[in-house]
Amino acid sequence: MPTSLNINGQTHMVDVPDGTPLLWVIRDELKLTGTKFGCGVAACGACTVHVDGEPVRSCQTYVEDVEGTEITTIEGVASEVASAVKQAWNELNVVQCGYCQSGQIMSAIGLLSENRTPTVDEIENYMWSNVCRCATYQRIRTAVQRASEILEA
Amino acid sequence: MTTQISRRNFLKSVSALSGAALVVGFDTGNALASTGNAAEFTPFVRITTDGRVTALIKHFECGQGTATGLATLIAEELNLPLDQVEIEFAPADAARYRNLLFGSIQGTGGSTAMANSYMQYRQAGAAAREMLVAAAAEAWGVPANSVALADGQLTADGNTAQIGDFVASASAQDVPATPRLKDPSEFSVIGNPDTRRRDNVPKTNGSAIYAMDLHLENQIVAVILRSPRFGGTLASFDDNAAVDVPGFIRATALPTGAGVLVYGMNTWAALQARDAIVAEWDFSQAENRGSDQIKADLLAAVNADAEFDAKGSAAETAELLNGAAQIIERDFFFPYLATATMEPLTCTIAPTETGVMLYDGCQSPTGAQMALAAVLQIPQENIEITTLYAGGTFGRRSTQTADYQVEAALAFALNGGQQPVKLVWSREDDIRGGYYRPAVAHKVRVGLDEGGRIVGWDHRVTGKPIFKGGPFDAFVVKNGVDSSSVEGVHDTPYDIPGQYVGLTDHRSPITVNWWRSVGHTHTAYVMETMMDMAAAAVGRDPVEYRMEYLNGGTADQVRMAGVLRLAAEKSDWNGPVVEGRSRGVAVHKSFGTFVAEVFEISGDAEDGVVIERVTCAVDCGVPVNPDVIAAQMESGIGYGIGHVMRNEITFTDGEVDQFNFPDYESLRISDIRAIETHIVNSTEPPTGVGEPSTPPSGPALANAIAVTGPRVTQLPMAANGVRFF
Repeated sequence: MPTSLNINGQTHMVDVPDGTPLLWVIRDELKLTGTKFGCGVAACGACTVHVDGEPVRSCQTYVEDVEGTEITTIEGVASEVASAVKQAWNELNVVQCGYCQSGQIMSAIGLLSENRTPTVDEIENYMWSNVCRCATYQRIRTAVQRASEILEA
Repeated sequence: MTTQISRRNFLKSVSALSGAALVVGFDTGNALASTGNAAEFTPFVRITTDGRVTALIKHFECGQGTATGLATLIAEELNLPLDQVEIEFAPADAARYRNLLFGSIQGTGGSTAMANSYMQYRQAGAAAREMLVAAAAEAWGVPANSVALADGQLTADGNTAQIGDFVASASAQDVPATPRLKDPSEFSVIGNPDTRRRDNVPKTNGSAIYAMDLHLENQIVAVILRSPRFGGTLASFDDNAAVDVPGFIRATALPTGAGVLVYGMNTWAALQARDAIVAEWDFSQAENRGSDQIKADLLAAVNADAEFDAKGSAAETAELLNGAAQIIERDFFFPYLATATMEPLTCTIAPTETGVMLYDGCQSPTGAQMALAAVLQIPQENIEITTLYAGGTFGRRSTQTADYQVEAALAFALNGGQQPVKLVWSREDDIRGGYYRPAVAHKVRVGLDEGGRIVGWDHRVTGKPIFKGGPFDAFVVKNGVDSSSVEGVHDTPYDIPGQYVGLTDHRSPITVNWWRSVGHTHTAYVMETMMDMAAAAVGRDPVEYRMEYLNGGTADQVRMAGVLRLAAEKSDWNGPVVEGRSRGVAVHKSFGTFVAEVFEISGDAEDGVVIERVTCAVDCGVPVNPDVIAAQMESGIGYGIGHVMRNEITFTDGEVDQFNFPDYESLRISDIRAIETHIVNSTEPPTGVGEPSTPPSGPALANAIAVTGPRVTQLPMAANGVRFF
C-alpha cells in the first residue's frame, strides 16, 4: 500500500516496502539528492533531514514511521535561521568537497532553532556526530557563531 | 616568472553549439593556427553574446578549491570580479586538457592543479581580453591602448559596450601569440583574501550534483559482493534468498572471479539483495595473515639488510656510526589506512550512439578512458566523460587499475550494454575495499658527535610499493626503488651527512594507493621525530637545531627555514608556555610546498591530550586564493591528525576488522580547538596545497606529546598509549 509523505510542503505517494529507509525514498524515488548517503548506519550525519523541525538521520528512519509528519530536506528548508546559516556558510567559505554539508547545515539549523546563542561547547556537542572528512570543522564552528550573530543583530 | 609553457601559441574557435561565443585557449603543440582539427585546440574560457564568462575547468573538484582557483586566473586577466566567472568541468580530452606535469594524461593529483594551470589559464584570459579590446578599438576607430576592459564593460572615448556585444568580432581577431599578462602589482583577484568559493551556493542548497546523485532514465543500480580477503576468488554463490527482495533484478558472477555482481532497481534494493546472497570463496592465493603477523614481518624487514639502496652506502654509514659519540635509534610502524571519502565510490555508465558516457567525479579521465576502452572493446575516443563534483578523494578516486570504473564497465557490459548502470559502493565496501595507504615500517639509527652534530643517518624503510609494476613504473621506479616509498627521506632538504637510505619491498595482495600526501604520510613523521629526538638528546631547542641543517644556502633550505621561522614566530615558540601545556614542531617539504606546524597541547598521554592550537606556516609560491590555501591547510592537518590519533585498518586471518565509521572513527569537531595559517608572500610559481599540510601534522603532535610523555613511534596513537579527550 502506498505511503503518503509530506516532504517540503508537498504530499508524495510512494510505493515502497515497509522498512525502507527514508533516505532512499528521498534520494532514489523523489530524486531530492541534496540529502546524502554517507554511511547507512547513522554514524556520519550526511543524511540529516528535519522531521517536524527536528534533525534526524534519514538512513535510520523508516518510511512507515514518518507518515503524517512534516519532513524537510536541504532543498526545502526555509526560515530566518536557515537563511542566516547559509549566509554564514558562504561568508566563511565553509564547504570543501561539500558532500557532508547538507547534513551539517540541517544540524546547525536544528541547533540555532532551539538555541540562538550557543556556546562553543554547545556547538561542539550538538554538531559532534556530523562527520566532515575534509575537516572543515573550524569553519563550521565559526559559521554557527556567525549565524547566531546574524540572528541576534 | 618563467614557465615551461609560456612560449606556446594561442588558438581560438567559435562555438557552434549555443550561438556565437568566443572560446580561447592555447595549443599545446606548434603554431598550427586554426586548422579545424579539434584535437589541436584547448579552450579554457568561453564568452557568450549575453556576456557570460565561463572557465572550463580541466581538473576535477574534490573540495580542494581548484575550480575556484582556475576561475580566479581567468577573472584576473579579464578584469572581472570572481563571482562573474561561471565554472564548468571540461570533457575528457587529453589533447586539450592534459595535466602539463603529467605528460600526455588528463588528470588531477600530486597537488599539481594550480602548478600546471597557472600560466595556461592566465594566458587564456589575457588573450581573450586583448581580442575583445582589439575588436572594440576597430569598431570605434580608436587605438587599442585607449580601450579599457573592466567588470565586463569596454570603454574608450565616450564609447561603452558590454563584452557580449563584441564576442563575434573578437572571434575574428588574430589570436595574440604572447598576450600581455598582468604584472603581479596589478592583481586584484589573485591574492585577494576575501573571495568566495564558486561552489559555495550549490553546496549549501542541495543543488550540487555528485556522481552518487545521478538518476538517468531507465537506470539500474549494481553493487558487488567482494571477497572478504584480498586475493580471494569466488567459488560459488547462492542467491535464493535475494529473490524475495523487492526490486532485486539478478546476480551474476564477475568474470574476474572478484565477486558477485548484484543488480537492483534502486540502491536500497541492490544493497538488500546483496545482504541476502551467500558466497563461498577460494582463499588459496589470498592474504591470510593477521595484523600482528604483518607488523612483525615489516619490522623484521627493516631490521635486516635492505633489498635496494635508495641513497648512499650502508657500509660507509655504518663506519660513520661506529665513530659516533652517541646513537639514537628507533623502529616505527604505520598501519594500513582507508581514505574514507565522504561520498562513497560510485559512477554510472550509459550507452551513447558511438560508445559510452561515464558519469563520475573523475580524477583521472585518461586513465578511466583507457581502462574502459580495454574492458568494453571500444575505441578510447568513443568513451566520453561527464565530470561531476567529487565528494572527496584523498587519492582514492584515481587508481592505476581504475578499479571502480572497471567494475562499472563490467556491470554495464554484463547487463547487455543497452541500459545505464550505476555502480555503488557502500561505506563498508569502502572501509574494507583496499587501495589503502600501505602499512610501512622504518628503522632509523642516527649518530651524533660530541657536539651533538649528526655524523651519520642509517634509514631503512619497508612497505608495499605503490607504483612498482604499474603503468607509471618506468617514471617512478629506479634501480628497484619505488620513490614513493622513500620520498621525503632520500630527498630531504636537510643537510644530513652520511645518510644511507635502504628499501625493502613488502609483498601482499592487499591493494595500496596514493593516500593524501603518499609516502610523506610516514616519512615526515619519521624524519621529524628523529630530528626532535636528536635535538632532545643533546639538550637543544628543536627549532634552532633544525635550522642548523637548513643553512646550506639552497633554495629549498631557504624556503624550509622560512616557514619554520614563521611558524615559530607566530606560535610564540620562544615565549613562555602556559602551565600544563606543551608545544611540538615539525617542518616538511612535499609536492614543492613547504609547511611548518607548531602544535600546542594540554594534558598528557596518560591523562588525556587536547589539541589547543595549531600554528601553520606555508610557502606555496604565489598565493592565488589565500582563503583556499588556509582551508587546505586546515583540511590537511585535520585529515592527517585524525588518522594519526585513531585510525588503522587491521586484519584477522586476512579479513579486515573494521566495517564503517563506528570502528574507523573520523576526526570530530571537538578534536582541534584552533588552527591558524600564515602564508608566505612568495613570488615563486604556485605549487600545490591539497596535500602538504598533512605530513608535518603527525610528528608535530608527537613531538608535543613527547615533551612530557612517550615518543610515539607506532601508530595510531590511541592504540599505542595516548589518551585523547
